[in-house]
Amino acid sequence: MIPACPLAAVSTGMHADFATVLIFILFGVFFGLLALGIARLLRPHNPHPEKLVTYECGELPQGSAWVRFNVRFYLIALFFIVFDVEVIFLYPWAVVFRQLAAAPGLGLLALLEMLLFLAILVVGLAYVWAKGDLDWVKSLTARPAGEEVAGE
Amino acid sequence: MEQVTALFARIAGAGTLSPQLLLWLGALTMALIMALVMAACAIVFTWAERKVAGFIQSRYGPMRVGRWHGIAQPIADMLKILQKEDIIPADADRKFFILAPFVLFIGSLMAWAAIPFAPGFVAADLDMGLLYIFAASSLVTIGILMSGWASNNKWSLYGAARGAAQIVSYEIPLALAVVPVVLYAGSLNMTDIVVAQQGGIWKWFALRNPFLFVSFLIYFLASIAEVNRTPFDLPETESELVAGYHTEYSGMRFAFFFLAEYANLFLVSCIATAVFLGGWGHPVPGLNFAPALVFLAKAVLLVLAQIWIRWTLPRLRVDQLMHVCWKVMIPLALVCLAGSGVWMLAFVRFA
Repeated sequence: MIPACPLAAVSTGMHADFATVLIFILFGVFFGLLALGIARLLRPHNPHPEKLVTYECGELPQGSAWVRFNVRFYLIALFFIVFDVEVIFLYPWAVVFRQLAAAPGLGLLALLEMLLFLAILVVGLAYVWAKGDLDWVKSLTARPAGEEVAGE
Repeated sequence: MEQVTALFARIAGAGTLSPQLLLWLGALTMALIMALVMAACAIVFTWAERKVAGFIQSRYGPMRVGRWHGIAQPIADMLKILQKEDIIPADADRKFFILAPFVLFIGSLMAWAAIPFAPGFVAADLDMGLLYIFAASSLVTIGILMSGWASNNKWSLYGAARGAAQIVSYEIPLALAVVPVVLYAGSLNMTDIVVAQQGGIWKWFALRNPFLFVSFLIYFLASIAEVNRTPFDLPETESELVAGYHTEYSGMRFAFFFLAEYANLFLVSCIATAVFLGGWGHPVPGLNFAPALVFLAKAVLLVLAQIWIRWTLPRLRVDQLMHVCWKVMIPLALVCLAGSGVWMLAFVRFA
């Protein structure tokens, strides 16, 4: 049976829950537009070239702000991707661990496997730590001679 | 949600409304309630923040509007902000400038959908609720980066870049700190997690074992960083970056940043209440008539603790901020996770 409207197929269970999420998104858009609409009716609107200048301590802005990011931010983003994916892998294990712990022998196996997984994660953390990539302020002089200076 | 749909069915008379229509109506009502909760957060907590700040600094804070201790000050502020001119800088990227407050607000509102305030009173009882909440609230990062980049303002850009680095960094200890709870609860469903903590204060996950208590502290500190509050307020440091990523925003668009900020403050406290502090559970006999009030009271206490911290501690430097996250919190969270697993196998007997 194919329902006429896909949304009409939603009745209960998981689909209903995600339909609620959809309603929340739509309601958020509506709420935002409503508030901005009310403000539009009440507020003054007197544009002036001076007003529309970007704020820079009262001076005229020097150049654009659309410049390159410092490479540290990319490093942080990279670490984040790695660690966040690892954390995502931890969640399914955590959900079933309770059941496994109830079965004789399986609990220890599950725990050891996850400790191994965590150990690999910790090795990665120790590596970036030792390389000094977790230091926000990298001093150029403190590095051992000959090591290349990345991204500064 | 079920209670709301049941109420609609009773009002309209049994059988007159189709189950689908009831569902949509119920979801819409829950969305309205949650948006009102968010607005109430902004109203109550801006006032509380200013009063607490005042008392900590030996002054009164707002005293004039509304006769009693400036109680109507947030309402007056809201009316004033509605009348403020909306300025979009000529050099800004208009599309993203307009979109950013929506992304922030909707990200926050979406996360509210999965918070169980009372038995059965949850808009979307998702099986992966905890993961969903973290996913939805991470939209904040995108909103912040979008607003900072679109403003074409140096202060905004610095604030946004810092904000993005800080929030993604602190998301890792935050997500790691709740894994031990999932170990005990055996579920990601928020209602299941709260139900697993019923039956006395020692059932609360923060008090189940020492590792979980440390996890709770890690979660609490990381959540302060997630919502950009002192001592972790580097993205919007008023003394160095003017206002950070929302420098160029004015009027109602600025109000959405403020709304999302205070709503997120309350949101992380609600998550802490549900995940670590037993949700609506309490040790007082005869208080079972209002589970939602118990839940809200715990969350408000956590917010007050965050306000207290904000007005007591100075701001961290950005290198200290990263140091605390990557070199203290993440290793500690991993130790707590491993420790909780060992503790469970060693001391907890499962039926």
